[in-house]
Amino acid sequence: MANSHQLKRVDFIFRNENDWEKVLSSTIKRKPAELINELISSELKGRGGAGFPTGLKWKLTAEEKSDEKYIICNADEGEPGTFKDREILSRVPYKVLTAMAVCGYVTGAKRGFIYLRGEYKFLEPELNKAIDEFKYYCKEINFDFTISIFMGSGAYICGEETALLESMEGRRGEPRNKPPFPSQNGYKGKPTIINNVETLVHTFTIFKYGAKKFYDLGVQYSRGTKLFSVSGDTPKPGIYELELGMSLQDFVYEFGDGDTKAVQVGGASGFLVPRKKFKDAAIGFKGKLTGISLPTGGSMMLFNSSRSMFNVLDNYLEFFREESCGQCTPCRVGCQQLLLGIKAVKRGEKPASYLDKLIRLTETMQLTAKCGLGQSVANSFSSIVENFREEMIY
Amino acid sequence: MTNKLNISINGFPVHIEKGKTILEAAKEEGITIPTLCYHKDLCVAGNCRVCVVEVTGQRRLSAACATPCEEGMEILTNSLKVRNSRKHIIELLLAEHNADCTKCYRNGNCELQELASEYKIMTQDFIELVPLQRYSIDMYSPSIIKDDSKCIRCQRCVRTCAEIQGVNALTVAHKGDKMKITTFFEKHMRDVVCTNCGQCVNHCPTGALVEKNYIEEVWEAIANPNKHVVVQTAPAVRVGLGEELGLEPGSRVTGKMVAALKRLGFDSVLDTDFTADLTIIEEGTELLTRLKRALVDKDETVSLPMATSCSPGWIKYIEHMYPEYLDNLSTCKSPQQMFGALAKTYYAKARNIEPDKIVSVSIMPCTAKKFEAFRPEMHDSGYRDVDYVLTTRELAILIKQAGLDFEKIEPVKYDRLMGDSTGAGVIFGATGGVMEAALRTAYEIVTGREVPFKNLNIDPVRGMEGVREATIKIENPLKEWAFLDGVELKCAVAHGLVNAKKVMDAVKSGKADYHFIEFMACPGGCLGGGGQPIPTNPEIRKQRAEAIYAEDGELPLRKSHENPEVIKLYKDFLVEPLGAKSHHLLHTKYTKRNRY
Amino acid sequence: MDSIQSLIKTLADQHGRKRESLLPIMQAIVEREKYLSEYSMVEIAREVDIPASEVYGTATFYSFIETKPAGRYIIRICKTITCAMKGKNQVLFAIQDMLKIKLGETTPDKRFSLLETNCLGWCHKAPAMLINNEVYTELTPEKVRDILTSYMKKNGQN
Repeated sequence: MANSHQLKRVDFIFRNENDWEKVLSSTIKRKPAELINELISSELKGRGGAGFPTGLKWKLTAEEKSDEKYIICNADEGEPGTFKDREILSRVPYKVLTAMAVCGYVTGAKRGFIYLRGEYKFLEPELNKAIDEFKYYCKEINFDFTISIFMGSGAYICGEETALLESMEGRRGEPRNKPPFPSQNGYKGKPTIINNVETLVHTFTIFKYGAKKFYDLGVQYSRGTKLFSVSGDTPKPGIYELELGMSLQDFVYEFGDGDTKAVQVGGASGFLVPRKKFKDAAIGFKGKLTGISLPTGGSMMLFNSSRSMFNVLDNYLEFFREESCGQCTPCRVGCQQLLLGIKAVKRGEKPASYLDKLIRLTETMQLTAKCGLGQSVANSFSSIVENFREEMIY
Repeated sequence: MTNKLNISINGFPVHIEKGKTILEAAKEEGITIPTLCYHKDLCVAGNCRVCVVEVTGQRRLSAACATPCEEGMEILTNSLKVRNSRKHIIELLLAEHNADCTKCYRNGNCELQELASEYKIMTQDFIELVPLQRYSIDMYSPSIIKDDSKCIRCQRCVRTCAEIQGVNALTVAHKGDKMKITTFFEKHMRDVVCTNCGQCVNHCPTGALVEKNYIEEVWEAIANPNKHVVVQTAPAVRVGLGEELGLEPGSRVTGKMVAALKRLGFDSVLDTDFTADLTIIEEGTELLTRLKRALVDKDETVSLPMATSCSPGWIKYIEHMYPEYLDNLSTCKSPQQMFGALAKTYYAKARNIEPDKIVSVSIMPCTAKKFEAFRPEMHDSGYRDVDYVLTTRELAILIKQAGLDFEKIEPVKYDRLMGDSTGAGVIFGATGGVMEAALRTAYEIVTGREVPFKNLNIDPVRGMEGVREATIKIENPLKEWAFLDGVELKCAVAHGLVNAKKVMDAVKSGKADYHFIEFMACPGGCLGGGGQPIPTNPEIRKQRAEAIYAEDGELPLRKSHENPEVIKLYKDFLVEPLGAKSHHLLHTKYTKRNRY
Repeated sequence: MDSIQSLIKTLADQHGRKRESLLPIMQAIVEREKYLSEYSMVEIAREVDIPASEVYGTATFYSFIETKPAGRYIIRICKTITCAMKGKNQVLFAIQDMLKIKLGETTPDKRFSLLETNCLGWCHKAPAMLINNEVYTELTPEKVRDILTSYMKKNGQN
């Protein structure tokens, strides 16, 4: 029963990229405004987790008047359970490079960077080869756009766009105050676009096949496809390109091991959905009853009944406590309080009611933290504590 | 195209200038939004999150200090959401903080304490984090104590050391729960480029950074019947002390301060302004000597421009950063150290007291002076020239501990022998003051006339811009100074070490052709020093500066060379400026230090 | 000029002497020297004209920039949830047992350092680890013993 369903497979992302040169040269013959409109009508939203409308982002940066602009591909994939960007960069790098170049064309940027996380350094040689070939072709068609790799050094927070900019400028990856936003004031103070790897590949699909092909997949508010990184208690771990808007129940039918207790949607920054809520949850930017959205990158981790939800939450909080940049009070102290708090409740040093105080704390973190990391801890914390309260105490 | 915006704060419509942040707009409307990491002297950080406010339509709360107002914004500064969030933030900060206030040096003047009190934080439900970390207290520096258990990581000290001083002794290291504020390789402050200027102490909201205090040592000395305790007071103290004792910034409390010191039990209350005048004679002569060697003897080895040497923070800075320019420093000691050397020689002899019975104390607006007093070369009297340095804040503590009602005290004059001073001495406390005092004397020595400025107020060297320049043309000098005829004396004044860097870089690159430069480590000069009352901000420093110049204007004598006690000192003891005795007691040498 | 100084000078010539050059320079030094010593930091500060404290503050932010002496091969084993679920602890014990060191330590012959790290992006083939820049996935105690043995047999640079 568990494996008899199969969600519709789509194959836009990893489909052959051998025609990238043709796609690039033909796309840059079109007007920038036309390309922006194509993206806007596709309703493509960022695939790194924040879900910002890509067409709008490109439009805002294109409208900024500046002699220098930058395109940065955010390959600092670090959300637990996410590994799709690595696959993209090793299998279809030319799509990423082409998309960056088109973005440069549309916005007026001549310089592109790939911020590659340090843990993926082994990808650097092959990626550099692709970049060299890309450079060669750009020269051939007289197109001015240079791409280079900037290596990260082991910091999850550098996936946050302003922390990424700080890191590229040689500083600690501490997120900046927003406003101003990177589209006005980004790398070295210039208008900058920061797009996730997968988002860029989707733009390639859209420019090659047209917005309608993309728009026709998925559901309202969540058009197109998404790469899902499936891991955990599943017989089929791996990367799958699926339409957005699928029901979580259908997902579990296909990918569960028959004993799925809960699914973590969106990594440690995402939500834990318990079995009884699978049928109410849809994967997309605006879910149905439970309003589950895809906050970070499509990570799907399945847990069966042998897993302790306390250990899961403990693991996430350790992760946040270490990876927080430490700048702002709610996140730096809050993450520590949450981790120590659940341990204290488990040991009986604090009463079970302390969990409610911690949930209120996560609400404050959600409202006051300076960046997405601190703001998102509440997601997994409350969804786990509310749905598996007994496991926190006994 | 109007330059104003319409917004509403707590339901009331407000009309403000474009570009103002929510914090500024609220302040103009009479609403104070609490802050911690925000400081008028520094760039906006937005990391403490205490100043969060609700903006209608936004999912999350916004930091008021970092969010510019936009047309139509509806801001709520005290909604339930805001209050609950702010309470949580304060509780989190207290959980990370050694909240044992009764044992803290900043008890009663701590911004975190004020916030906790305002929000009536009566319980601590969160888990105390301090016992779980192994915090260290760095007590090795002679000037500053750093207690990590009280740090709330607002990064004000880091920004101060970087933006105002350009020294960068402090930095943020590690991340997550291990994030801390520390030095290069977490060494002791004593072992890095810290100049001891104490600006970090001035800007720290809690007791994480405080000065090393010598209060008990001074009380013991005073109580010791075998010791004769002499105290000197710096010019900037008399315009700052009042703030610690309930008076407005810029209150001039010279006479009260002297009276209080007498009541505290000091045997002799004397004035650093006296040696400030002395410094002018020595340094002025030194400058003119260097000019003569350069212009008449054509001596290529003479080091010009000459830089002032009374700011020990500046001295340590140049020793680290520009050690190749140490010869450009005046060899004169600072007024504090000149005083110390004279206290145990000239004063001791005149009063017939054994020098080893004298305890020499100074009241300074400065924490670097504590370091200066302990420099190994400051023993020319045969003993440590200055035994203890107290900051303005510590003096206020002594006064409070003695139960003196400062407002009621009647003013009293300084004691004789080393207590007389001129207006030129008191302006040492402000940036540009040393320059002005030096010019008043040097010009008159050279030309026989007073400086051509109304009321002797040399305005071009006054003010708060980081680097100021002034050029004075020497015309018709006296015969023996004929070589200076037509010379345009180019002077520069810099305050705040980040401006010192600008000037020194200009000197290094050959772009600067100054003859004489005054350097002060602290913004505003000594009146903004690391030992002055907390808080500090541009308005307060301006008020203190006005007080200093007012003191100057009202003193009967305005020029250092007219100080009768200084004249007596030369007649009875030193013989002549730069003479053998002066060289022995009043001049010093410097040490090259590593840049990193 | 000693080897570190000349290395830094070459790197600064290559990457520039601006603040943006800091991370690539530090990464290159760590690649060669395995960690960033106090001496290296001072030399970087001197060459790029940045305060030494800023070099330290920036270096300590990044987990992959070691500031304590490290071995030739740095083992980073993933401890995030999926790897934890799939047997990372057994693998860790096997490594500790074989190399006789605990987490955070380096073997006396300075060959191996053992650290934990967060999600490496191989969750579908958990548990995973890095040795320097090489990835090893689907680990078991036996497999990891084989891998370490092959490293022990390596001599010279790697």
